[in-house]
Amino acid sequence: MSSPELRQTPLNALHLALGARMVPFAGYAMPVQYPTGILAEHLHTRAAAGLFDVSHMGQALLEGRDAARRLEALTPTDMATQPLGRVRYTQLLNETGGIIDDLMATRRPPGREGRERVFLVVNAARKAGDFAHIRRLLPDLTLQELDDRALIALQGPHAASVLALRWPKLAAMPFMTLASSAELGDERSDYLFSRSGYTGEDGFEISLPAGETEAFTRDLLGSPAVKPIGLGARDSLRLEAGLCLYGHDIDETTSPVEAGLLWSIPKRRRIDGGFLGAERILGEIAKGVSRRRVGLRPEGKAPAREGAEIVDEGDAVVGRVTSGGFGPSVGAPIAMGYVTAGRAAPGSALDLMVRGKKLAARVAAMPFHPHAYFRGP
Amino acid sequence: MSQLRYSKDHEYVRLEGEIGIVGISDHAQSQLGDVVFVELPKIGDKIAQGGEAAVVESVKAASEVYAPVSGEIVAVNDALENEPSLINEDSTGNGWLFRVKLANPAELDGLMDEAAYQEFLKTLP
Repeated sequence: MSSPELRQTPLNALHLALGARMVPFAGYAMPVQYPTGILAEHLHTRAAAGLFDVSHMGQALLEGRDAARRLEALTPTDMATQPLGRVRYTQLLNETGGIIDDLMATRRPPGREGRERVFLVVNAARKAGDFAHIRRLLPDLTLQELDDRALIALQGPHAASVLALRWPKLAAMPFMTLASSAELGDERSDYLFSRSGYTGEDGFEISLPAGETEAFTRDLLGSPAVKPIGLGARDSLRLEAGLCLYGHDIDETTSPVEAGLLWSIPKRRRIDGGFLGAERILGEIAKGVSRRRVGLRPEGKAPAREGAEIVDEGDAVVGRVTSGGFGPSVGAPIAMGYVTAGRAAPGSALDLMVRGKKLAARVAAMPFHPHAYFRGP
Repeated sequence: MSQLRYSKDHEYVRLEGEIGIVGISDHAQSQLGDVVFVELPKIGDKIAQGGEAAVVESVKAASEVYAPVSGEIVAVNDALENEPSLINEDSTGNGWLFRVKLANPAELDGLMDEAAYQEFLKTLP
């Protein structure tokens, strides 16, 4: 599994040394699991701290005059009025309001000559297209790809205490904020800490120079609370947390309103629009949508996987499963998918077609496992 | 006699008189990872060699189990319903899937013995 055309993250040698099973993912060789297996990795992350290599994701700095306000033309978020260091989850939208990618955007302190800067983290499989899109629409701004940096996530209830041993101020950082190591009182290193993640747990995503990544990661793994976690458990953790996986639960045809991401569109943008795809989004806000992303709980123990048709009592197809599997912390199968709006209320009874047979299920509120984000000391 | 015979799809059959005990190989369970659900055939079902006979699901994916021999299902391993992880712990023992009354014992000649299966595994990517 070492195809020469696959790119490697700075932790490739460490993954192999830890016994990871490597798979191709978004053009990179990535660990899908370590010898302990997905179930144990999943449960360890919820109980202590899981370390994820997410260096395949795209990191970039958008820089230039009014960069924050200009980014609002491409995303339905509120950037211009955000304080520095506040992390926003948002989406790049196409002209018809479909989602090109979902991303994290954070205003950073001004760079040279007071030029505004916004730090972006985008999905690995989408980064080339995302960056081309941004450059095409904001040609007078500078988009600097941070290819020389890695990205590590440390997630779980012990994540903050492990990192606070070296950066004590980090323990008090609010959820969805970002700080550099210098801002945390460490002038010697060049790290960016974002209190965010993709597991539903408290935790951090850490951007750091590629060359320092292996030593930093080995140091973290020296803590008994920290174990390496692969993409397999990353997927089951985010599914339990009700979080979308790009290319599965959201894509260029789905709008953020259909996807249940309206919470990420602040009031000013809902009223004023002024972003690519606003016509559809504002229309959907006013008139409603014809389909919605919902959580699904199959009865019994059989999981329903991506692609399974969702049918009503008359056998009419009313939707499709976009992510599905077994939730290790829930202890039962869980899924999400799109259903016609009339079927989207929690408790609504539907059947999922699994291997030609009907599997009874109900629409369920998400998250399937409660979020445990940091809400203050 | 407890010798296992393997198919190229990584199922095994262990003969006890006229009955074959069927499951997935240790290699197969290790490739699948943590098993969370098993769909078994029903007693009385007729299965044909190479046909789908069961489904084993891990956290990540569902995998078909193909019948290594033809015959009629005479028992299924009910313990897997509450403890699918038996397949990971002991796939060739307590993690068996079903028992089948062989329709054509000569099919066993086309399967691999342990040594041949281990050689076969070395040829896989």
